Amino acid sequence: MLSDAELVERCRTGDERAWAELVDRFSRYVHAIAIGAYRLAEADAEDVFQDVFARTYENLSGLRDDGAIRPWLGQLTRRLCVDRLRAARPSVALDEAAGEGTPDQRLEQIEQAVVVRDALARLSGDCQEILDRFFARDESYRAIGDALDIPAGTIASRISRCLGKLRVELEGRSGA
Amino acid sequence: MPDDRPVDVDSPSHEEALGRLLRTLPPAPQGWVAAAAELPRARRALAAIELELAGEADRAAVTARLEAALADAGHEPTPELVRAVRRELGRGS
Repeated sequence: MLSDAELVERCRTGDERAWAELVDRFSRYVHAIAIGAYRLAEADAEDVFQDVFARTYENLSGLRDDGAIRPWLGQLTRRLCVDRLRAARPSVALDEAAGEGTPDQRLEQIEQAVVVRDALARLSGDCQEILDRFFARDESYRAIGDALDIPAGTIASRISRCLGKLRVELEGRSGA
Repeated sequence: MPDDRPVDVDSPSHEEALGRLLRTLPPAPQGWVAAAAELPRARRALAAIELELAGEADRAAVTARLEAALADAGHEPTPELVRAVRRELGRGS
């Protein structure tokens, strides 16, 4: 898998497949900030999402550190979300507008989730698939069983095993 | 949460936390991702259209100047005359 810096470098040369990969790689992150942290309405979140990637595309040549594309994207997404909220409800404090918890607390959780997903990416394809389907895609045991052609009755134990591997992967990383 | 996904109360808390964090990053809607991925192609198409429109605007400006020049010279700037002059100009260029 290409590093973030390599991916950005390829995008800069006009490689459209690299661009599609970049969008795919950071799409959850940008989406989570808009929807999960700032609780934007679907239509506003979609506008922010497209705006973030449009600005990224336009600014590829001006990035100071290709490897720091994720924090750059995070900062841009946060700024556009805040602008959107302020434009919609200028008299309401952001914490109040955004519902339970504060955006900062939820942003912190998203950053932790990124670390977990990076660790997930180092597990086997089977574990990545089953954990992503169960937790992130909220699929039922039956749907997972049908999609992966495995008995639904074995899915709980597989999830448990894969979570264990994920924990080891994370501990190994933090202990390194 | 689907009915066949009972919460496992015996799960160690750290694994529950991992599950919570995995839930924090659901996939973005496919349509959003596809639209953003198409951006370079869309930009190219837009640039081509803009070029075409600019060409049309140029043509319109030339026609207006030709019409004015013909009128100044005492000719009625009919579309046929303007076309003929444009052809002549095109030959000369």
